[in-house]
This record gives sequence, C-alpha cells and structure tokens, in this order.
Amino acid sequence: MTFEYAPALESRSIVEIKSKYGHFIDGKFVPGKKYFPTLNPATEEVLSQISLGTTSDVDKAVAAAQKAYTKTWSKMSGKERGKYLYRIARILQERAREFAVLETLDNGKPIRETRDIDIPLVAAHFFYHAGWADKLDYAGLGHSPQPYGVAGQIIPWNFPLLMLAWKVAPALATGNTVVLKPAETTSLTALLFAEVCQQAELPNGVVNIVTGDGSTGATIVNHPGIHKIAFTGSTEVGKKIARAIASTDKKATLELGGKGANIVFDDAPIDETVEGIVNGIFFNQGHVCCAGSRLILQESVADEVIEKLKVRMTKIRVGDPLDKNTDLGAINSKEQLLKIGELSAVGDAEGAERWSPACSLSEKGYWFAPTIFTGVTQAHRIAQEEIFGPVLSVLTFRTPQEAIEKANNTPFGLSAGIWSEKGSRIFWASQQLKAGVIWANTFNKFDPASPFGGYKESGWGREGGRHGLAAYLKTGKESGAK
Amino acid sequence: MATKKIARVEVKKTYKLFINGAFPRSESGRVFEVTSRKGEFIANPSLASRKDLRDAVTAARAAHSGWSKATAYNRGQILYRIAEMLEGRSEQFASEIALTSDVTPLKAAAIVSESIDRWVWYAGWSDKLQAISGGTNPVAGPYFNFSIAEPQGVIAIASSPSFLTFIDAIAAAVVSGNTTIVLVPGGLSVPAMSFAEVLATSDLPAGVINILTGSLDELAPWAASHMDIDGFDISGIEKKRRGALKEAGAENLKRIHAFDGKLSPTRIQAFMESKTVWHTVGV
Repeated sequence: MTFEYAPALESRSIVEIKSKYGHFIDGKFVPGKKYFPTLNPATEEVLSQISLGTTSDVDKAVAAAQKAYTKTWSKMSGKERGKYLYRIARILQERAREFAVLETLDNGKPIRETRDIDIPLVAAHFFYHAGWADKLDYAGLGHSPQPYGVAGQIIPWNFPLLMLAWKVAPALATGNTVVLKPAETTSLTALLFAEVCQQAELPNGVVNIVTGDGSTGATIVNHPGIHKIAFTGSTEVGKKIARAIASTDKKATLELGGKGANIVFDDAPIDETVEGIVNGIFFNQGHVCCAGSRLILQESVADEVIEKLKVRMTKIRVGDPLDKNTDLGAINSKEQLLKIGELSAVGDAEGAERWSPACSLSEKGYWFAPTIFTGVTQAHRIAQEEIFGPVLSVLTFRTPQEAIEKANNTPFGLSAGIWSEKGSRIFWASQQLKAGVIWANTFNKFDPASPFGGYKESGWGREGGRHGLAAYLKTGKESGAK
Repeated sequence: MATKKIARVEVKKTYKLFINGAFPRSESGRVFEVTSRKGEFIANPSLASRKDLRDAVTAARAAHSGWSKATAYNRGQILYRIAEMLEGRSEQFASEIALTSDVTPLKAAAIVSESIDRWVWYAGWSDKLQAISGGTNPVAGPYFNFSIAEPQGVIAIASSPSFLTFIDAIAAAVVSGNTTIVLVPGGLSVPAMSFAEVLATSDLPAGVINILTGSLDELAPWAASHMDIDGFDISGIEKKRRGALKEAGAENLKRIHAFDGKLSPTRIQAFMESKTVWHTVGV
C-alpha cells in the first residue's frame, strides 16, 4: 500500500499576465517593435509576448537614465533616496504572493522556493540597502564616495527577481540610475517590478527595463552612456564583457560560473549532511552558480553517504512547480535541458556511473530527473564544467589535503561546502579553499548582509553587504583600470 | 724607480635578475645599456625574456602558499626589516637614483627617505587589514557569518619609472600575502637591482618578490596573458596601451588595476579577495 500526496496547487489567479509587454523607459511602458514569446517551462504554455530590445530602445533607456541621474537622483539626499527603497521593499512584501506565483510560472521553480526564499530575499535586499543610502560616508570607502552614473545591469534566468534586487538595490542606494535587461526567458517579474517602481513613485528614469536577448545585452555593454556594468551569468559571456570594455573607462562587476565542491569529512553528521547535499545540488533544479555540484566524500564514509543520499533522492518530488509539495520544478528552457542532457551523456561516455530515482516526468514541459554520477575523477568533464542542472558528480578522497587539492582544482572559485563536527577542521578547510563563499554544515544560504562573489574565473567583485557597495562607488582606488 | 700613485680602480657590479631569491642572468643572454643624463655609460642590466618571466611566475607561485600562510605579525616584521636594510644603504640608493633619473641629489635623497618610510607604513598594515576589510555579517538566521580578506595569489607589476612608485607597488602587493613579479623599465633597473640585494638580506622568503629588468613593451603582454598570474598592476603602462593588456588578461579574468599614487589601503585591498564563511549555530 502506498500513500500519495494530494495535489496542493497554489492559485495562479492572484496574478494577471498581460498578452504582451513593452519596455519600461522613463517611468512608462513603451511598446517594442518586435516581440518574442515567454513560456511556462513546466507546460510550454505561452504566457505572454515580450519586446525584443533594439539599439534605439537601449538609446532611449540610457538617455532616460542619464537625465534622471543628472536632474533628480544625484541631487537627492541619501536620506530621501533611502525612503524610496524602503517603499519598494514594503510594496514587494505586500505583493509577495503575486510575485512568487508569477516567478514560478515564468521560471519553472517550485512555489515553495519562490514563496519562502526568492521573494522574501528580494524584499530584504531592498530593505537592507535602503538603510545604506544615507550612510555611505561610513562604509569605509573614503569620504563622500561618488556614484558612477548610469549602471547597465544584465541578469540571468535562474533567480530572475532576486538577481534584479541584487543589482538594482545597491545601485539605487549608492545614487546610480539603472538600465536593466532581464534574461530572455524570464522577463515577467522584472516587468511587474516596474509597476512597483510606479507605485512607489520612484522618479522617472531612475530604473529602466529593456527586455530582449543577448544582442540587447551586448548593446547595453557597448553603449557609451553606460559607466558601470553589472553582470551575472556564464563565465564565457563574462570574459566577452571584460574584453568589450577593456579599452573603455567602464567598471564591471561579474558574477560568473562555479563548480562548487561540497566536502564531507568522515566525522560529519551523516543525516544532516545528506540534507545539505540535496539542498546544495537540487535547490532550484541545480540552476545555481554556487551549487554544490561536486560532492567530495572521504572514502571511509562514501558508501554510507551515497546509500543514504539515494534513499533521500527517491523522496524528492519532481512535478508541477505550482504544487506546494513540489521539491524539484521544471528546467527553465529547452536549450538548458539539452545542455544538461549533453553533459550528462559525456559523463556516461567517460565512464562515470549514472543513477536517478524512478520518477515519472511530464511529457509536456522541460524536465530532468535528479541525477548523481559516481566514480567521477578530476579529469572528467562533469568534474570540471558547470552543468547548471540537477546533476551531482561524486568524487572521493583519503586525506584532508587531497580534499582541498581536488576542491580547488577548477578555474572557478565561487563556493564550497564543508561537513564536519570538528571546529578546527572546518576553519582549516575554509582557510585553504579558494572560494568566495563557504558554507560549513549548511549550503546555499543567502542574505543581503553577506557578501557574495567569487575567486578566479568566477568573477570580479562582491554583491551584498558593505563590500557590495564598492561595486557602485568610485572609491579612489584606481585611476584607470577595470 | 718609484711607481706613480694612481687612483684605485673601482670594482663595478654586474647587473642580473632577481628570481626565486637568486641572481641569475637572463636566459636569453641579452642586456641593455643604461646611461646617465649626460650619456655616460652606467650599467648593462639584463634584458629579461618571456622565459625569465615564466621562471619568475613559477617561483612566485611556489612561494605563495608559505608567504600567505605566514602570520601577519611575521610579514609585518619582514617588511619592517626591508626598511631597516634600505636605511643602511640610503646613500647608495640616492646616488643611483640621481644618476639614472632626472632628479637632483637632494631630491633623490628625499625619495629614498620617503621609500623607507613607505615600507614602515605598509609593514604596519599587515595585521590591520582584516580589521578594515572584513567583519561579521548579521544575517537573518542561526548562522555565524564572517568575511575575511585574502591575498589573490601571484601579482605581476609593470612598474612606473620612478623609484617611489616601484616601492609602493611592491609593498602594496606583498603585505597581504601575495607574491609578485615586478617588471622594471630602463634606468630604474639600476636602483631596482640594488633593492633586490636589500630583499636578499631581509629574511624575505625566496620567490615572494621577483624582479625582472628590461622592456615593459616586451614583457607586459606576456604577463597579461599568463594563465597563472592572478592580478596585474599596470600603473607603469601608458593609458593608451592598457586596453590591450586588459583584453589579454580577460582570458583568466585577471584583476587588472592602475593606481594614481595616492597612499591608501584601498591599493592593498585591490589585490585581495573577500571570502565569506557561514557556519550553523546550534547546541
């Protein structure tokens, strides 16, 4: 006899989706010339039509942002700027459920995550940065640090509104104005955020949102009216941006890829660790730059951990993202599904052993079962390349030194996890790891007060905390570079 | 017959490179001529090659682990020791600077004094950087969360031709635990190689500071594209040539900066990386 969960669907009636959307420029929605569809990746249903931003749209948005910067935003005191950010934070809290449902529809991530993690963190980011706006003199960045002007911000599809918050909140708090481009497949919550800006009576042109694809993003990066680029996305595109701005005075912060090592020592609390491994790689379908995508197990506990992990994985509920019981939602796009499939096939071909629990996946929409590969070595591509999906590569080690060497052996350096009951070992390991964010006996935790960003090819700069402010202020550090 | 008394013949120094604590000649066998303002011959420093640069990077990478893990107190004392050694030879440095650059002997002496004081200033930062760079972060949950600043790794420096900026660039990079390869142009090579002798007697571990003399035009592009260099101080490169270096450096997302000479700990922090650690709190 088996027990089944009854569906517990969140109602989508709370959110109204228009049939098509223009860009948000100078405080108003302006229609685009060409449109492309945005889908619900769980059903392939067309949700709406989104404008494809052209050079002329970007020109208008940059002009609006420049005007707003010179005429309004740079003249306003930090105290007044901060109050707008507080207003935005409060409206986001009021409309949280609407945003959560819309994010789940457009992105495919479970409502449990948008409701409990994404949207609350979005509001928290605005609330946190609101308080900085009139305290920048005390941020340790020199006396009266000055904003750059117009920030061009390009964000990914894995945490659409949260990445908007990570970008827009510090930019506004520090006195910059913004031209933001959401990811091609996930524009809807950014466009709903535009309504929040209107409700908050944010001065026109302070936030401009131009939707589109990679070409729209490139136009923003290369626009002479942009003084600062903030990008979250792939390392490949990050390097292109670094090259594109090399001969300009533009500054950039880049939050790029990762191949996070999750190290389990033999004294780790195993049940808690298994929960952490699941959260590390299956949170948000593994569409997380800081995912714990390489599990590095001490040999003496490897069999036990893998056995328990497999049992735990059979309990992961894959299905309708709007169902409150769903753990693993839809893969965001067909393109991403293909990429995950391709790299997993490489894992098979290179001799790693694939395992997934039995789960029935819907024929409509984009789905990938939670997957682990055991017997992975450092030379395998699935141990080096970011898969950006619910796929975990498992490696083993004998000595702590070997664990560190394996963990650090990628061009990335974004995140790492350490599981151990021994405090001194945790601090030793966290000192050795070349990673910008380290979780000890936890994983994938985020907070606006906590700086986030990577070493090496995981990017430039930090977002969040006091450190994140430096990305949007002239600190007197440099005369010409970066 | 009495020999006529003549002046003693001075024993002149052979100028070589400073790599991994030793003084090798350039593997290329090349040298270049440094002359005084009046055109008199002064020295034939080594003209470093790409291979010398690679050797220096290997030495700097090997030295990084030990130097970055040395206690801040220890690093501070070694930097202070450099000031002590420089003080003892200040006259020599003043005369070399006056001889090889456009400054009066009085001004040269002032540059040396300021350079010594800079080492003292930077030495003091070693165990204070964390206090101004990191801290605990009040996250909304049962976690102890803190950020610390760490050295980035191996930093290349394309030095400006002046001695004081050469000192600033090196001290700012190494005080936090980075190791360096310093590319030195033209006449600065003369006091720079004498400075290598100061380093060799300051308890500085081999490979922490490596000095290559020669042509920035030749060496800087190799440094920019080298995949085992983490950061690059290009203050000594003229502005219109910086773009090409930054483009080459994008291949491994090097941290590339140029500085305006203002004395500030932000220059040290530019070659540090922030690490944030979360730990659960519970019984």
